[in-house]
Amino acid sequence: MGWTLLILLVVLTVVHGNPTVMVRTGSGPTVGFDQHPNSVPLGEDIQTTTEVVEEVMTTGVLNPSHYPARRAATVVQHYLNTRYGSPYRWIFLSTVHSGSAEVGVEVEDQHTLGSVSGQCSAELFFPGGEGQSAPQVQASCEGLHQSNTTAQEEAFYQQHRASNNLVSGNNIPDSYGHMEPSMKPFWQLGGVASSFIMLRESNESTLYNMAQVANFTQLETEKDQLRFNYHVLLHEMISQEIIHWKLLVTWSPEQGVQVLQTELQPKCHHCEAPPNTTN
Amino acid sequence: FVSLSQLQVLRITARDEVQLTLLKDLSEMEYLQLDVWMETTDLPTSVDIRVPFTSLQTVKAFLETEDIEYFIMIKDLQVMLDEEKEQMLSSARATAPRTSDDYDYSNYHTIADIYAFQDMLVAENPNLVSKIVIGQSYQGRPLNVLKFSTGGTNKPGIWLDTGIHSREWVTQASGTWFAKKIVTDYGRDAALTAILDKMDIFLEIVTNPDGYYYTHTSNRMWRKTRKPNPGSSCIGTDPNRNWDAGFGGPGASDSPCSETYRGPKAHSESEVKSIVDFVKSHGNLQAFVSIHSYSQMLLYPYGYTRTPCKDESELHNLARKAITDLASLYGTSYRYGSIINTIYQASGGTIDWTYNQGIKYSYTFELRDTGRYGFILPANQILPTAKETWLALMAIMEHTKDNTN
Repeated sequence: MGWTLLILLVVLTVVHGNPTVMVRTGSGPTVGFDQHPNSVPLGEDIQTTTEVVEEVMTTGVLNPSHYPARRAATVVQHYLNTRYGSPYRWIFLSTVHSGSAEVGVEVEDQHTLGSVSGQCSAELFFPGGEGQSAPQVQASCEGLHQSNTTAQEEAFYQQHRASNNLVSGNNIPDSYGHMEPSMKPFWQLGGVASSFIMLRESNESTLYNMAQVANFTQLETEKDQLRFNYHVLLHEMISQEIIHWKLLVTWSPEQGVQVLQTELQPKCHHCEAPPNTTN
Repeated sequence: FVSLSQLQVLRITARDEVQLTLLKDLSEMEYLQLDVWMETTDLPTSVDIRVPFTSLQTVKAFLETEDIEYFIMIKDLQVMLDEEKEQMLSSARATAPRTSDDYDYSNYHTIADIYAFQDMLVAENPNLVSKIVIGQSYQGRPLNVLKFSTGGTNKPGIWLDTGIHSREWVTQASGTWFAKKIVTDYGRDAALTAILDKMDIFLEIVTNPDGYYYTHTSNRMWRKTRKPNPGSSCIGTDPNRNWDAGFGGPGASDSPCSETYRGPKAHSESEVKSIVDFVKSHGNLQAFVSIHSYSQMLLYPYGYTRTPCKDESELHNLARKAITDLASLYGTSYRYGSIINTIYQASGGTIDWTYNQGIKYSYTFELRDTGRYGFILPANQILPTAKETWLALMAIMEHTKDNTN
């Protein structure tokens, strides 16, 4: 039985750092993590960035139907997944509201279709500067734990913790959007693990989703944590790039999802890395 | 229903391609009423043919003349029929549909399947549907446009395209469904009939065939065309950054390795130029809808500039109506607005160009979903997506018809 939460998210304000820092010429991945020579910098035309800044800075509040709100809300979605996600809880943004603190949570499982509502409010800070660092999110949610996934998580954990039958899979979902039911929790775990990267890599000019789990391999359980190597494909909407990452992921019902290592994969071995793109 | 006592089953061994072809020809002679069952296409292969008694002499004579080995199977025919029925059910998808009614709209198809579908639809509806080849892709594939017309000359037209970005598979699948929907509804649905009585509809389903083929054979995530770029090992141009609208400005990349590479110059891609030429020579298109996935949005110009287009108010209101109609079916919620406000700045985009050509009702859809599956939308969402999108398209087409002379 799988559970998926769809969250209707509210972002009240987006707080920016020093405005002069908003102008980015494009740089590599986040400081402190793997710097790959083939990394795809997500640059932005100066003009565009300035226009976006002006819109936000003058109003102070985001128009919920325009893209800055959507991008910010997606960052909050990634954050919530890093905090609350599991193989049975993969949280998705549904709609952005502004000016109120309303969240609708849609829970889907194989037997019943129901919905639970809750409340989330969030504040988001995109720091600028050289050596960009990850956005900072503060979010508080009520009602997020109303869907009880504990039993499934525990069963899944017990099923896979013994190392005599390590699982692996690839192309989840496949080209036709299909996956074996037994693969679904691994897909969702991949999505949650990807959220760590997507959160870290996000800025005002990005919007990330996980496109596919290329493959995953279960490793021996260590310190009571299930362990996996994952190769995931992320889709970045503004550049439209498909970005490959390898992750070392652990999970247990108690510790939640943790990402121990990440490694950016080159786009293709014989390709030149694109120079700073004017997106 | 053929009585079993009137059938004989011949088991034939085809030794080579020539014999296989002969058997295929034989099976297509409808008056013989043969049922042919072929296990594999590896050679030599075993082919069973159920032959009605009345055709037996003809078939045996044919086989003997062509020196094709066969023997008469003495077998419980009912058992065999049951086995065959089971095999046919399980491989239903592998068998080519004989009519557009047999076509599996709830699944994703190869380019060959879709092209065959197009020809079937034309053959079945010769008074309503014709196929226009507006050009060739880089690799030489035909760029097929289905024209739905009730006759007349230079009637005002509506253009729909799907699949300009090849990885957006729900769009080509939806386009196929739209084609069937049009022929089904003409003469039955008052609104669609009124539209077609006044206007022609042009539908290009596989707008980027080279890319589409590549997504089946090599890389499911391929977006662009497949034309190489001199001096670079990276292939392809983004066909939705290649139009002459704000070309060269921010909102596209000048790097061939980028997914949003604008190309060496505007309209450099034949997939784009062919549409440009068609639009200009038609001269009377009133609406232009280019369909993408994913994000669940309905967008109008502009993408390359924040300057609002002069018809923004009308386009915004029509978009609201369209997505309200869309949502009425399954509750799917769409956002709407100008490209640059709603999704991102993009230069060289299709509908910016078409709008600047004077085609007022220029829209882009981004279909399901909002990121959970993204490009790899499960096939069981094709029909709901197509059906709900059709309601939005009808809203746009009706409004266009009502505002066209």
